[in-house]
Amino acid sequence: MDFIRNFPFFCIVLALASGVISSVLRPKAAKALSFILISFSCICSFCVLYYTVQTGEAFTYMMGHFPAPWGNEIRAGVLEGVMASFFSVIMLLALLGGEKYLKADIEESKQNLYFVLVNLLLSSLLALVYTNDLFTAYVFVEINTIAAGGLIMIRSNGHSMLAATKYMIMSLLGSGLLLIGITLQYDLTGHLLMSNIQESIGELAAHGEYTVPLTVIIGLISVGIAIKSALFPFHAWLADAYGYSTASSAAILSSLVSKAYIFLLIKIIYRVIGTGVFWDSKITNVFFVLGVAGMLFGSISAIKECDMRRMIAFSSVAQIGYIYMGLGFGTKLGVTAAVFHIFSHAATKSMLFVACRGLSEVSGNKKDFSDLKGSGFRNRIAGVAFTVGALSMVGVPLFAGFISKLYLTSAALETMSLKMAVGVIVLAVSTILNALYFIRAVISIYTPRNEHYRDAAFRPGMTFCAGMVCFIAINFLLGLASHPLITAIEQGLQMFS
Amino acid sequence: MKPRSDYEHSWWRRLVRFVDGETLADVEKREEEAGENDAQSQKLADTMAEQLFEQEEKYDRADRKRRLEMEHEKEAMALYDKYKNWPKEHGVKIFGRLYAVMAVVLCVIIITTLLVTVSYLPEFGHADNPNNNEVVERYNEKALEETGATNIVAGMILDYRAFDTLGESHVLFIAAVCVMILLRLDITKGKNPTDTKRLEEENDRLYEPKNDKILQLSARILVPIIILFGIYVILNGHLSPGGGFSGGAIIGAGLILYLNAFGFEKASRIMNRKNYAVISVVPLLFYALAKGYSFFTGANHLESGIPKGTPGAILSGGLILPLNICVGVVVACTMYHFYTLFRKGGM
Repeated sequence: MDFIRNFPFFCIVLALASGVISSVLRPKAAKALSFILISFSCICSFCVLYYTVQTGEAFTYMMGHFPAPWGNEIRAGVLEGVMASFFSVIMLLALLGGEKYLKADIEESKQNLYFVLVNLLLSSLLALVYTNDLFTAYVFVEINTIAAGGLIMIRSNGHSMLAATKYMIMSLLGSGLLLIGITLQYDLTGHLLMSNIQESIGELAAHGEYTVPLTVIIGLISVGIAIKSALFPFHAWLADAYGYSTASSAAILSSLVSKAYIFLLIKIIYRVIGTGVFWDSKITNVFFVLGVAGMLFGSISAIKECDMRRMIAFSSVAQIGYIYMGLGFGTKLGVTAAVFHIFSHAATKSMLFVACRGLSEVSGNKKDFSDLKGSGFRNRIAGVAFTVGALSMVGVPLFAGFISKLYLTSAALETMSLKMAVGVIVLAVSTILNALYFIRAVISIYTPRNEHYRDAAFRPGMTFCAGMVCFIAINFLLGLASHPLITAIEQGLQMFS
Repeated sequence: MKPRSDYEHSWWRRLVRFVDGETLADVEKREEEAGENDAQSQKLADTMAEQLFEQEEKYDRADRKRRLEMEHEKEAMALYDKYKNWPKEHGVKIFGRLYAVMAVVLCVIIITTLLVTVSYLPEFGHADNPNNNEVVERYNEKALEETGATNIVAGMILDYRAFDTLGESHVLFIAAVCVMILLRLDITKGKNPTDTKRLEEENDRLYEPKNDKILQLSARILVPIIILFGIYVILNGHLSPGGGFSGGAIIGAGLILYLNAFGFEKASRIMNRKNYAVISVVPLLFYALAKGYSFFTGANHLESGIPKGTPGAILSGGLILPLNICVGVVVACTMYHFYTLFRKGGM
């Protein structure tokens, strides 16, 4: 067996162990350990990606001395490789960009605990990406939920406490529904390994047995994951959670945590329920309707918002709506577009959150539009990054957001049904709405005013600049050279089924 | 509001008058005076209105129009205020009621759906149920031979599906970390040592009353037994029902009882922050290391070289016994730590 096959396992276990070690380290050492670990995980994930692309097939890895249906197993294909490397890179950049603000936002004696949470979150993200077992997925969903709650709460002011409480209530509700779904599924199939479940469910569906429980299972799992990833009517926790946590947390939560759940859903669609059964269950129509509603209402809420951070947070509701709309088409092209939008949104939104923190730093730590006026001149790199992010979210060519909108539209055109008309029209309307609030934000930060915030000695800082430059580069890369990524996604989805 | 005409003759008024020492005549006299006053003020108002009318006559038409407009504006403003405040005054109330009703309806729908679904599931305990398959078969038949543990459940969670349990013990750890973030008071390293609230909490912690003789005596008898029993449950986890999670919970309960009886000062001789860090980190690291080794050798088809021992002996079951000890220590520490955090903000 090739040594590279051990890499996913190394990443997960080392992330767990370094999380535990960080709890007794000093903040500086914990930070260094965390950065080393995340870089290591980047390198390993890229190796796994390269390996799977080269061999052209997915491999499974036995966790222990017992083969799959008895023991645990993880699995890595092209899509898992892409996801894992992307998650690690975004996490590294989000921490790099927001590192400077951790000191200001978190009590000194608790800073090392932040890195405990980050490391454990990384391990759970990787495990969710690589897992081939539904119960392992649930265990790591638990770690993910608690770590995300901690990331919101660690800022320790009233707003973030309230936000964390809201987040925990909604997210635990989602976990509960997911767990009930998994339990019912286990009762029907007697398996927890994804490929075995798919086989049994395929048989059950073919014979027309147990249709009611199957529908309920699909519904429970879908709704559970939709709550956790903030699909439209379940997004009440989102604005506070992203708006009041520290910049790195907001970036990590918006671009990684909610996306990992969506990836888990895609994995469940392809590898647990099976695309045939899932598309037939009509839950895709629910996804489509809720996604479309999210695109509109998320944007409208964002337009009404005066607080820049909360505006970006509400924009996430709209973007999650895009992803679910892609899944709602129930076609391969739709899923490809949805997965690509996961990437482009993750790259852009984390950049926006960190850049927004940079802008508010030079505006007396305020986040309202009126205070941020002219901040693009005071913190130039953050201003440029914010503009790039805003243009990408609106869907201007050259940037990542354009490509995902292009693919979503072509996925809509391919369906040739009512969904096509609704999808295309809402995409157009939502693009205009996006433009309304993002262009307003960009104009606002480049309106020269508020000179009393000017501080000649201000330097954005090395880490912040490095993070921003890398984010901008990734955005251009996704926008200009999206083809390899799209091919990889298609290849990965092929491997799934 | 005007009182009723027979108000003065009611039982209550009579009682009050009796207490106040008044007679009915006094009251009538007072009423007459009030009536005279009323008449006078009525007269005054009439004359004022007449004067106002005369003055009004003097104003020209334009002026009157202006005043009419102002009055309209005032009315419009009042209307605007009414509708502006409507959500605050009535809307929230209506929404709250609707919310409660909808919540109940939603819960009923979900409960009904789940109950209906359960009735469609395969009947419990049938031999040909789908979940009675090759997975369960191998666990039942070969677990003893393959894991060396008489308690098959321990074999399943710590050997067959050890990765899940590794994650599960980290769930406990991260929960403890989150509670620590939320509740830990950093007294000695605080930014401003004059923070009175923190100092008060610290004093409260050290000088709390702890001289309940009955509690202390029963704790003196019970705590060793409880902790011993917990250790027994952990050490026999691979032989009999029990294991790290249950044994750890028992030990944690014993520690909490000790703390309640003898106070923080004594308890912190064993369980202080430094020891806690070591006690919670070392088992988890050992767990990750041991299982990492086992996963690595398993996946690469290498011999792990860990002896299984004779099933039934205390030293058997390969890694299960040490892992049970690790899990037990982590669980006990987490429970005790939760208790101290919720009570006083740390050890």
